[in-house]
Amino acid sequence: MKKTVDNVEKACEGIESGMTLMLGGFGLCGIPENSIAELVKKEVNDLTCISNNAGVDDFGLGLLLQKKQIKKMISSYVGENDEFERQMLSGELEVDLIPQGSLAERCRAGGVGIPAFFTPAGYGTEVAEGKEVRDFDGKPHILETALTADYAIVKAWKGDTEGNLIYKGTARNFNPVMAMAGKITIAEVEELVPAGELDPNEIHTPGIFVQRIFQGDKFEKRIEKVTVRQKD
Amino acid sequence: MALDKIGIAKRIAQELEDGFYVNLGIGIPTLVANYVPEGIQVEFQSENGILGMGNFPYEGEEDADLINAGKQTITAQPGAVYFDSSTSFGMIRGNHVQLTVLGAMEVAANGDIANWKIPGKMVKGMGGAMDLVGSAENIIVAMMHTNKKGESKLLSECSLPLTGVNCVTKVVTNLAYLEVKDGAFHLIERAPGVTVEEIKAATEGDLVVPDNVPEMKLV
Repeated sequence: MKKTVDNVEKACEGIESGMTLMLGGFGLCGIPENSIAELVKKEVNDLTCISNNAGVDDFGLGLLLQKKQIKKMISSYVGENDEFERQMLSGELEVDLIPQGSLAERCRAGGVGIPAFFTPAGYGTEVAEGKEVRDFDGKPHILETALTADYAIVKAWKGDTEGNLIYKGTARNFNPVMAMAGKITIAEVEELVPAGELDPNEIHTPGIFVQRIFQGDKFEKRIEKVTVRQKD
Repeated sequence: MALDKIGIAKRIAQELEDGFYVNLGIGIPTLVANYVPEGIQVEFQSENGILGMGNFPYEGEEDADLINAGKQTITAQPGAVYFDSSTSFGMIRGNHVQLTVLGAMEVAANGDIANWKIPGKMVKGMGGAMDLVGSAENIIVAMMHTNKKGESKLLSECSLPLTGVNCVTKVVTNLAYLEVKDGAFHLIERAPGVTVEEIKAATEGDLVVPDNVPEMKLV
């Protein structure tokens, strides 16, 4: 099966209004920025987006929020986005906030055929409301269910024509677990190489999880908070 | 003199032990990394996926693919490793991290903590805090003793939505170092020049005060 597609338009073919999407990234680090721009262009709406964060006002998922294309966000932290906070507090946007580790594990579970798991995270808080509680080794845990998506959209540093992916630095974050949990997984990469050029020992996401791969036209890779030290 | 944020970080840094893997939250906790005692080695974990986090980069050397959980640009120490979010929280949930330091809006005498939401006003999300406090066995809260209105943040019961129950083991504030056990705050040390009376007045939850409360020693 040919997984490589020529461009972002082809990669995002079939994404429709009302669908559930997973989008990799932590803050603005490791987000599939080419695909997000394409979703804005496609004007799909009523989307449910599963993503750790919601971008900033004018970049990342913030671009979809601005156009009111998102119906529901499933995230762990949304603090850097004023428009998000406004839409959430006014009730325009449905929001499901999930502990970050539970979010990651729910995606992983969805990808690896585990329907649910128990975790201590969130016990005794509003996150636990309506969830089954069970003690293990005398400690209470809550039942969390797996997440999957119509499309998972991830960003990697390098990829090959088999769909194998290598991430760079902390841009890995949610991308590998989301890559596993998409019914269709789209990978946008900075550098696409022929099969055989990546060292099989160093691949992070095996290509079996990836259905479409393309090299992004342009990566702005915006930095949210530049922090530096002075040379002595 | 009550401590400033740096003083709080310096006091917490004395709790570090050689070989510890440590997760530092955003705000005052981040400063702890600057005061690691000489002669010991600790590794900092940031839950977005790095173990062996180093200093901020030099100007011009920032890398968009290398940030901490506060989204700040960082560097990696020799021997550092990157991993995905599931593995990262596996380290946390699986108790492979020996010390967690985080900020709070409120702490209760039974060890409950609230730090993620003010209903109707501020909803930023819990991020990794619920996973951290749900599993870690050694949790130090770094915060000011009172809020901007002068009200105590050390309470008999939290009023804000909880982040975790019965989990905080120590609190270091601008006024004091306290242990949280048996349903009470136990005063262990005073900030330099701060009296026991001042600490009592600023603490709403049950406070156990031993006969002798030494002053903190800060290097």
